[in-house]
Amino acid sequence: MIILNINGKEEKLDVSDDMPILWALRDVMHLTGTKFGCGMAQCGACTVHLDGEPIRSCITPIAAAVGKKITTIEDIQNDKVGQAVQAAWSEVDVVQCGYCQSGQIMAATALLTNNQTPTDADIDAAMSGNICRCGTYPRIRAAIHAAATKLA
Amino acid sequence: MTAPLNISRRTFIKASALVVGGLVIAFSIPQAKRFLLPGAAKETGNAGEAKLPAPNAFLRIGTDNTITVMLAHSEMGQSIWTTLPMLIAEELDADWSKIRVEHASASPAYLHTAYGIQITGGSSTTWSEFDRYRQAGALTRQLLIGAAAEQLGVPAANLKTENGFVISGDTKISYGDLAEAAAKLETPKAVTLKDPKDWKVIGKATKRLDGPEKINGTAVFGQDVHFDGLMTAMVARSPVFGGSVKSFDASATKQVKGVQQVVQVPTGIAVVADNYWAAKQGREALKVEWDLGPNAGLDSKAMLEDFRSKAANPGLVAAQLGDSKATLSKSDKLIEAEYALPYLAHSPMEPLNCSVRIEKDACEIWTGTQMQTTDLQAAAKILGLKPEQVKIHTLFLGGGFGRRANPAADFVSEAVQVAKAAGVPVKTVWSREDDVQGGYYRPMYLHKAKIGVDTNGFPAAWEQVTVGQSIMLGTPFEAFMIKDGVDATSVEGIADSPYLKQIPHYHVSLHTVKTGIPVLWWRSVGHSHSAFVMESLIDELAHSAKKDPLDYRRALLKDHPRHLSALNLAAEKAEWGKTLPKGVSRGIAVHESFGSFVAQVAEVSVDQGAVKVHRMVCAIDCGLAVNPDSLKAQMESSISFGLGAAMQSEITFKEGKVQQSNFHDYLVMRMSDMPKVEVHIVQSTEKMGGVGEPGLPPVAPAVTNAIFAATGKRIRQLPIGNQLA
Ligand code: FES
Ligand code: FES
Repeated sequence: MIILNINGKEEKLDVSDDMPILWALRDVMHLTGTKFGCGMAQCGACTVHLDGEPIRSCITPIAAAVGKKITTIEDIQNDKVGQAVQAAWSEVDVVQCGYCQSGQIMAATALLTNNQTPTDADIDAAMSGNICRCGTYPRIRAAIHAAATKLA
Repeated sequence: MTAPLNISRRTFIKASALVVGGLVIAFSIPQAKRFLLPGAAKETGNAGEAKLPAPNAFLRIGTDNTITVMLAHSEMGQSIWTTLPMLIAEELDADWSKIRVEHASASPAYLHTAYGIQITGGSSTTWSEFDRYRQAGALTRQLLIGAAAEQLGVPAANLKTENGFVISGDTKISYGDLAEAAAKLETPKAVTLKDPKDWKVIGKATKRLDGPEKINGTAVFGQDVHFDGLMTAMVARSPVFGGSVKSFDASATKQVKGVQQVVQVPTGIAVVADNYWAAKQGREALKVEWDLGPNAGLDSKAMLEDFRSKAANPGLVAAQLGDSKATLSKSDKLIEAEYALPYLAHSPMEPLNCSVRIEKDACEIWTGTQMQTTDLQAAAKILGLKPEQVKIHTLFLGGGFGRRANPAADFVSEAVQVAKAAGVPVKTVWSREDDVQGGYYRPMYLHKAKIGVDTNGFPAAWEQVTVGQSIMLGTPFEAFMIKDGVDATSVEGIADSPYLKQIPHYHVSLHTVKTGIPVLWWRSVGHSHSAFVMESLIDELAHSAKKDPLDYRRALLKDHPRHLSALNLAAEKAEWGKTLPKGVSRGIAVHESFGSFVAQVAEVSVDQGAVKVHRMVCAIDCGLAVNPDSLKAQMESSISFGLGAAMQSEITFKEGKVQQSNFHDYLVMRMSDMPKVEVHIVQSTEKMGGVGEPGLPPVAPAVTNAIFAATGKRIRQLPIGNQLA
C-alpha cells in the first residue's frame, strides 16, 4: 500500500512503488485527463505538478511522490494561475485534437506561477518539451501572453 | 476503491434513449448524390420503450431544448465538432448554447456522401456534408413550424423562427416544447435552404464546441476508455515487417505483477494485464524468437540507390503530351534534377489503441478511427459475425493525419484478435515505440526531372519519373485508384500540374516499387511529396532564367485564377519584394490539393548551417470558409506538421529494422522552432474545397526556396536536417 496525495485527497494505492505516477493516475485512479504520449519524458503530454513543480509523470515513480502533493489537470481550475490559463486557452481557442492540451496547460501554469511576465524566449524554454502534433504552438504562445496580462 | 466507469453498455443505451419524448430527425440521402429526401424516414422514441433511434439520425431535440447533433465523421482536431453543427444551427435557427454533439455510431446511414464508406479523410467533411447537414436543419425547422401551426391554429406561413423558438406575433414556443408534436408529423418531401445572404452562422468565426472538455481534461479519447473488467494489452510484434513468431517463452512475463495472460495472435504475442505498466513490463520480460522473414535485409539507403537506377528509365505513363524526347534533345538549355523524400510516420499525439468487448453474437469496439466501415467489416470477419452485430463507438481522436484510416484496419483487427484469444474485454495500447516502428508510413519517393527551357526561360518540354510505393495497392481502393498500373495518388500534383498545362511536350511516368514496408496516406497524401518537387523545380527554372520566382509563377499560372488569387494574396501580405532584415530571405510556393489553393511565403535565415524559419505567410482559396477561425487553425496546424517533416523527420531502415523509436530520434516540430504564422483567406465564391490538408504541401518548398535565396544551395532531399552545416 502506498499513500499519495492527489488533488488534495489522500489515496491508497495497492501497486508496486516503481509504477510511474502517470499509470497510477490513469489506470488505477481513472484520472484520465493526464495523457500518455511517449513514456520517456520527450513529449510532455503527461505533465502534472509535484509540489507545484511540473514533472513528467511517465518517468516519475509513485515512490517519488510520497509525502508530496500531486496536482493534475482535473484540479487545476482551483489554482488561480491555472484558472487564468484555462480561461486564456478558451479565449484564444487553442485546442485542436486536444490530446496534448492537459500537459500544455500544466506546463503553462507552472511557467506563469514562477514567471509572471514570460518573454517569447521564456515560453520557448518552458514549453519546448511539450509536443503538439496538431501545431497549436502559435495559439499556445498567444494564450500564455494573454493569461500573463490577465494575471498582472 | 471502486473504479468509476466512464463507459459502459448501460450508459450507451441510456444516451441513445434520450430521444424519449423528443424529436429525432432521420433521413437518408442516396449514395453520392446531393439532393434531398427521397425515401425520407422519421423515427421517434416513445417513453418507457427501450426503442433505439434509427441509426441514421442526424439530430435530435430534447424536451429540455437541447439539440444533439450526430457526427457522421470523426473529430480529430479539424473542428468538424463545431463546423457540422453550424450547418444545422444555421438552417434550424437554433440557440447555439443548446447544441450538444456526439459521434454517430458506425452505420450505413453515415456513409460519406461522395466516397460511399464511413470515412473522415481527404479534407472532405465540410464540403461533403454541406448540403446534408443544412437539409437536416431545414427539415427539422419545418416540422417544428408545422407543430406550432397546429398548436396555435395559425397558418405555418405566418410563423417565423429565431434562436430556438417558433414565433407568432407575441407568442413564442420553444423547440423543446414542440419536439413531441413535431415528431408525429409527416416528414416534408422537400425543404428550401436559406439564401446565403441570410446566413447568420455560416461564415462567422465560431469557437470550438469541444474546447471546454479538452481544456479541463474531461474529453474522452480512445485511450481513456475504461470499464470494469477491461484489461490492457500490449503486443510484441516482429522487429522486421513480415516476420513471424518461431517460439516464445512467457515464464518471466507471467511473474510480473498484474500480468494475467499471454496469448498468441496473428501479429505477435499479446501480454494481457491489469494496467499499462504491467503489460509493458510483461512485454519486456517476454522472450520471443522471431523468423524475420523476407525483409530482414531492408536498408533504406540501398533502396534509394535502387530507386535511382529505376529512375534512369521511364516508368508507366501517368500523363503525356507531344514529343518531349525530341524536344529535349533539341533544347539549348536543360535543367536536370533529382529529388528525394523519406518515409514518414504520422505519430499522432495519442498512440494507437482500441478497446474490444466480445459477447455471444455481438462485439463492441471503442476507438478513435477515421474509417469505421473497414474496421467494422474486419472485426465482423474475424469473429464470424454479421456487420450489424458489431458496434463501433468513436471517441475523440488524439490526432489522425491518415494513420487512423487504415484499409487493412490494422489496429482494430489486432485488438479484436487479442480480445478473442484472451476471452476478456481488452484495450490494446501501442507505445510510442510501437507507433514509430510499427508502420504504415508515408512512402519514400525519388523523382528525376529533365526540363528543356525555351529562349524566354520557360519550360518547353518536361520529363519526370517518379519512383515509390503505392499506398493503394492491395487495398479495397485499388480497383478505382490504380489505372493501367499507375496509382493516381503517387503522381497527384504532378500528372495534373497546372504548370504542365502550359507546356506542349511532357511525359510523366511512375515506377511502383514493392518493398514489404507498410505504407499509407499521410496528411496531404501524394501532394506531400509532389508539391515539394514541382515547386522546387519551378523555382530552379525561375532562378536559372534570372526571373523573380513570383513573377515567373504568375506568368505560368496566368490561366489559373485560383492559384493566382492565393499567390497574389500571400505575396501582398508578405510584402514580397520589400527589403528584409539582413540575413533573412524569402521563398514562395503555391499548390492545389483537395480542391483548395494555397500559397505560402517563408522567411528564413541560415546561420552557420542552422536553418531558422521566422515567419510563414499563408493564403488560401477554399471557396466558402464555413468557420474562418477553424480554417486558420488548420493552416497553422498544417504549417507546423509540414515544417517538422521538412526540417527533421525521417524513418530509415537498416537490417530490416526501423532506426528511429520515439520523439528523441523521430524529430517533430516543437515550440522553439515554430515560426510566426499569418493566415489570409481569399474571399471566394468558388467551389468548396478542403482545409485539413491543403496547407501542408507548399510548406517544404516555400522554405527550401527561401534557403536557396539565402544561400544559393538547392535542397533536393528532405529532411533538410544538417545538409547546410
Ligand atoms: S508521456 Fe511523459 S513526456 Fe511523453
Ligand atoms: S492539440 Fe492535438 S496534439 Fe496538441
